[in-house]
Amino acid sequence: MTTVTVSGAAVELDEAGFFQHPEQWQEAMAPEIAGREGVGELSERHWQIIRFMRQEYLTHGGAPSVRGLSKGSGVPIKELYQLFPKGPAKLAAKIAGVPKPVGCI
Amino acid sequence: MPQTIEKVSIVISKGSLDGIYPGLILANGARAEGIDADLFFTFFGLDAIHRRRQQHIKLATVGNPGLHLATWLGGIPGISSAMTRYMGRRMQKLDIPPLPEFIEMIADTGAGLYACLASVDLFGLDRRDLIEQVQGIITVGEFFQRSAGGEIIFT
Repeated sequence: MTTVTVSGAAVELDEAGFFQHPEQWQEAMAPEIAGREGVGELSERHWQIIRFMRQEYLTHGGAPSVRGLSKGSGVPIKELYQLFPKGPAKLAAKIAGVPKPVGCI
Repeated sequence: MPQTIEKVSIVISKGSLDGIYPGLILANGARAEGIDADLFFTFFGLDAIHRRRQQHIKLATVGNPGLHLATWLGGIPGISSAMTRYMGRRMQKLDIPPLPEFIEMIADTGAGLYACLASVDLFGLDRRDLIEQVQGIITVGEFFQRSAGGEIIFT
């Protein structure tokens, strides 16, 4: 676990860069995390995914995998990978300040 | 920082449900992690990308000790279909997609799907027999060229 500063606030991340305490996250941090992860400028479509990811985590206590993310958000898998080429569920979770999605599918 | 895997090439060589799914799960999981993935279908694994046959992939109920079913019982007509339906229901509960949908989904993740030329010739198939997501029918040499710099996983 490491403590890093995002948007001027100290947050705790796990080894892979996921938030350990989702309550430390604020929307204003998302663009900075996205930049660091190579996602680039966040479009409205990115935001739709990020907000859905966060909502899912807060509602169900777990982040969805890519399939769940696509089914739940209505964004096709192909587009998810265009928005987040290095892994949609993983990156959306990181940017949304929630722990890594668990699951194999 | 530990070394990471950037690319995998997964060979699917078997035509049973239990022979095909592990490779698909590996490929899909690789893409979810941001790892480049190619799937190479050879021998009976070709059934997974065969337009008609991919709808009828069955669980192996004979010669499959892991199933804990007596071989003579597994050979009775209908048992393989029944076990496949049973497995299908369990997979549905876990939201594991049916095979044709899973392969389409993997193609959508950006993974490459390739058929083995020698096997296509051996079984007398051509491009039209294979699903549209297949990007090419390639030789072993081309497979190795495409796999350069990555890990090769044979299933």
